Amino acid sequence: MKAYVYVSPKKSVLDPQGKTIHGALRKMGYQGVSDVRQGKYFEVTLDGLDEAQARQEVERMAREVLTNPVIEEFRYSLETP
Amino acid sequence: MINLLGCRRPPPVTIDNRKCFRFRMLDLRLMKVGVIQFPDSNCDQDPYWVFGQVVNQPVTYLWHESHDLENCDLVIVPGGFSYGDYLRPGAIARFSPVMEAVGKFAAHGGLVLGICNGFQILCESHLLPGALLRNAGLKYICKPVHVRVENADTPFTSACRQGEVLQIPIGHMDGNYFCDQATLDELKREQRIVFRYCSPTGEITEAANPNGSLDHIAGICNPGRNVLGMMPHPERASEAIMGGSDGLKILDSLVRALAGTQELGVGS
Repeated sequence: MKAYVYVSPKKSVLDPQGKTIHGALRKMGYQGVSDVRQGKYFEVTLDGLDEAQARQEVERMAREVLTNPVIEEFRYSLETP
Repeated sequence: MINLLGCRRPPPVTIDNRKCFRFRMLDLRLMKVGVIQFPDSNCDQDPYWVFGQVVNQPVTYLWHESHDLENCDLVIVPGGFSYGDYLRPGAIARFSPVMEAVGKFAAHGGLVLGICNGFQILCESHLLPGALLRNAGLKYICKPVHVRVENADTPFTSACRQGEVLQIPIGHMDGNYFCDQATLDELKREQRIVFRYCSPTGEITEAANPNGSLDHIAGICNPGRNVLGMMPHPERASEAIMGGSDGLKILDSLVRALAGTQELGVGS
């Protein structure tokens, strides 16, 4: 089973990297880009867990390790074989 | 010795720690200083040198895989890029055995000073609130800055005057302090903002804020005032030959706090 975890800066946190990328995209002429937020992406391979256990573990590791809850939030999806 | 990460422990540096003339002559209790070494710590030798040779106190390195703080009175969490700054600065160091020991030490009132990456580690470890974001200008900044002592009533600043301006260098990529509004209100209410970036004359101006830190915060302490995190490097400004010795006031404050005396001169 695979978990795909997406981490992004909270809306309340200024994201200078996203802002810089946004500015670059606009300068380059890309149309319709109103905002960019830069985050992180993790692929976690899990073995020997059912879906409920996998969700529990992924949420726990995302909360405790993969994100800093002061500045980041996460969402994830599971791919079951 | 090679640990699980394949990092070789550096050989011990031999420094004669018996040269404690200054404080010994005053018949003061000596404090023992421990400087933590993580893989990729690169500012560990500077506080080791300054505490051992300038402040003249016994100092030892503390290895990140050990739970033993070796009866130190003060623990320095030094600058660098612990564990390669992987994930987030300080995120992996937080789970090291030594930080578990530091958490217990701090909970019992032990003095902990986190400098630069050490500040990031203390925030990740929840020993201090908030987080250090990437610098607002997205650049690594290495230069002397000015900070104003906002609270001289801590063990880290007792040798400073309230409002005194210190010139201390910074060297970081992620020093942009951030916390939510409730935490900021609490820090202000409890006078836990210890240093703020300022102009050479002590004014809090946008131009004097090098990294975009919220409310110009350069250093904060915990409610017990025994844990301080700061982005500037006082150990890099502790000898005249290094271009200034304002940082020595912070290190001397700690000796003063542990020696329980107010009679020491600073930088003498």
